[in-house]
Amino acid sequence: MILRRLRYEIVSRLVAPALLRITKRRRSQGGTGATSPLGPPLESRHKLKELMSAHYLGGRFADGAVPVAYVTSGFPVELLRPFGYHVVYPENHGALCSARRLVPQLSEVAERAGFSRDLCGYARADLGSLLSGSTPTGRLPRPDLLGCCTNICQTVLYWYRVLADRLGVPLVLIDTPFVYGQAPRAHLDYVAAQLYEAYATAARVAKRRADISDLEVPIRLAAEGTQLWGECLGLSSHRPAPWTCFDGFVHMAPIVAMRGTVACNAYYRMLRDELSDRVARGIGGIEHERHRLLWDNLPIWYQIRELATSLAAAGFNFVCATYTDAWAEPGTTFDPHHPLESLAMAYSHVLLNQDLKNRLRVMTELARRFQVDGAVLHSDRSCKPYSVGQIDLKERLQRDLGIKTLILDADHADPRAFAAAQVESRLAAFMESFR
Amino acid sequence: MTAVAAIGVDAGSTAFKLVAIDAAGVILSASIEPAHPKLEAQAERLLALVRARFPEAEAAPLVATGYGRKRIPARAAVTEITCHARGSFFHLKRPHLLIDVGGQDTKAIRVGAEGEVLDFAMNDKCAAGTGRFLEVILARLAVPLAEVALHTAGAEPAVTVSNTCTVFAESEVVSLLAEGAPLEGVLRGLHESLASRVAQLAGRFVDDPRIGLSGGVALNPAMRAALTVAVGRPIEVVPDPQLVGALGAALSALLTKAGNPATR
Repeated sequence: MILRRLRYEIVSRLVAPALLRITKRRRSQGGTGATSPLGPPLESRHKLKELMSAHYLGGRFADGAVPVAYVTSGFPVELLRPFGYHVVYPENHGALCSARRLVPQLSEVAERAGFSRDLCGYARADLGSLLSGSTPTGRLPRPDLLGCCTNICQTVLYWYRVLADRLGVPLVLIDTPFVYGQAPRAHLDYVAAQLYEAYATAARVAKRRADISDLEVPIRLAAEGTQLWGECLGLSSHRPAPWTCFDGFVHMAPIVAMRGTVACNAYYRMLRDELSDRVARGIGGIEHERHRLLWDNLPIWYQIRELATSLAAAGFNFVCATYTDAWAEPGTTFDPHHPLESLAMAYSHVLLNQDLKNRLRVMTELARRFQVDGAVLHSDRSCKPYSVGQIDLKERLQRDLGIKTLILDADHADPRAFAAAQVESRLAAFMESFR
Repeated sequence: MTAVAAIGVDAGSTAFKLVAIDAAGVILSASIEPAHPKLEAQAERLLALVRARFPEAEAAPLVATGYGRKRIPARAAVTEITCHARGSFFHLKRPHLLIDVGGQDTKAIRVGAEGEVLDFAMNDKCAAGTGRFLEVILARLAVPLAEVALHTAGAEPAVTVSNTCTVFAESEVVSLLAEGAPLEGVLRGLHESLASRVAQLAGRFVDDPRIGLSGGVALNPAMRAALTVAVGRPIEVVPDPQLVGALGAALSALLTKAGNPATR
């Protein structure tokens, strides 16, 4: 146990950063070459890669060394921090598989096992990875605990039940009823009671004592982290925006997977300072920002670079996104002095657990704050809860704000549901309509 | 004789269209052929025919549109959305909703007071709501397009045909006929089925006062009738409905000639 812990700490803290530094040196010797319509790449990306690689590399040696949990992106991970869990996000892993274009082959494994192609691409990729043992991270640690919160969708409930069944480990479920307007007292009490139980279970699995006061530090860190992330996003209200939302999709990994840790906050302080410096020097996320757009829904992970480049070439920059903003929103309600109550409040009021009126409010505020000329609503075959209502949202944005809007049919994870010529044609027509 | 001032090519998924227009936008020459996989050669051959007849066409600017637009050597490539809006506005001369039922795409385009695109919607990654749907099933039934109107002119009530998938609908139609359903009723049902899917798409813009129809299916009276019922208001067929995209491309070429920046 002690030797395993030692190996986990050494790999996480020393080996991964050293490996990354070697790779970085090799890359920088190579140079970037061709001219790009995108702005100069962010320096912080090296640190980001170091952080995330250390996370995954350390994960290979986590089981047996520290308690390991698999959780959904909307799970109150702060509950696990006091016990030193190594936390794996299957959705984050799904995004990684998608960016590496591995989802089709992993999905096929899941589909052969009987999982429908209509399920979320993340779920198929994760289950395919579990069944085949194939992962771009080399190896994912075996979990001791599963944490599922239904605030992002109902698919996670069934997905995690499958994981619990196959892996034979306890599943902690946080059920967050859908919120219309504000969650009533009874709702918050119901969620807080589940959080209390989840905290006790997490302590038991980690063989530690549960003390509610231990939640103060991670909740304070999570509040600070989400605020820092919000500051990073907010800098795009400047013209030109210092980065693109496509950069944001990549740089959001720590706020999703490492929320409530010192390392996460240190990273966002560094990123915020770099972005502020770019604002001061007038450096944009794209070379020539002529039009500013809002993105709705998950990114198309396997097409991020292509989309960013082709839009940037025509002077279009996505300066804000509901998806990246969703990780800045809950921070405002985190309260270290009322840990369970504030977690119940924050995790009940995430974007996907609230009604369309709230979606419209968020999008309208983003559109105004970031002064956008248009919005692209990605109708995501893999994410029905995020895609439902988009036709109404599109019409309201168009009518209320007078901006141009486009619904783009694609899939966040599975390139088999992506028709390149059709997407290209729709985006080109949308851009032509600005002339 | 009027001179060719611009050329437009619409390299669509099923048909290849080329028009040559004079400075006023009047079509002087038009060709429609099934799309050939070697688009470049097809374009070159049809262009040679135009140039043989109109030597000045050699210097005329050319704009390409349609899925093959980037493979055609042209001054600019403009999307079929913008081109259809321009082509349709040239004829209708007022804001309207254009429904274009193409071979692979069905588009609903809100055209503004200057022929600009205000908004548009297109079918998702499935061709069940497009011209291909009819084409595939009529071929299976061995009914030439020209005879469809004759078959559907009677009072035979429609037989319901699903519109989720062209392949499924094709086997469904065969089964219906095998079970004794009348051909006329099945054909009527087929048109209603396609029309309801198109109306679903156009329904997003149902507030528009006038509706224009373009694409090959506009030539089919049975389809016009079914669509009028499905949309619930009169539909005006844009003149030369198959050439609207190519005409819009040629009009875009005229704009580039006038010193406007080329678009892509």
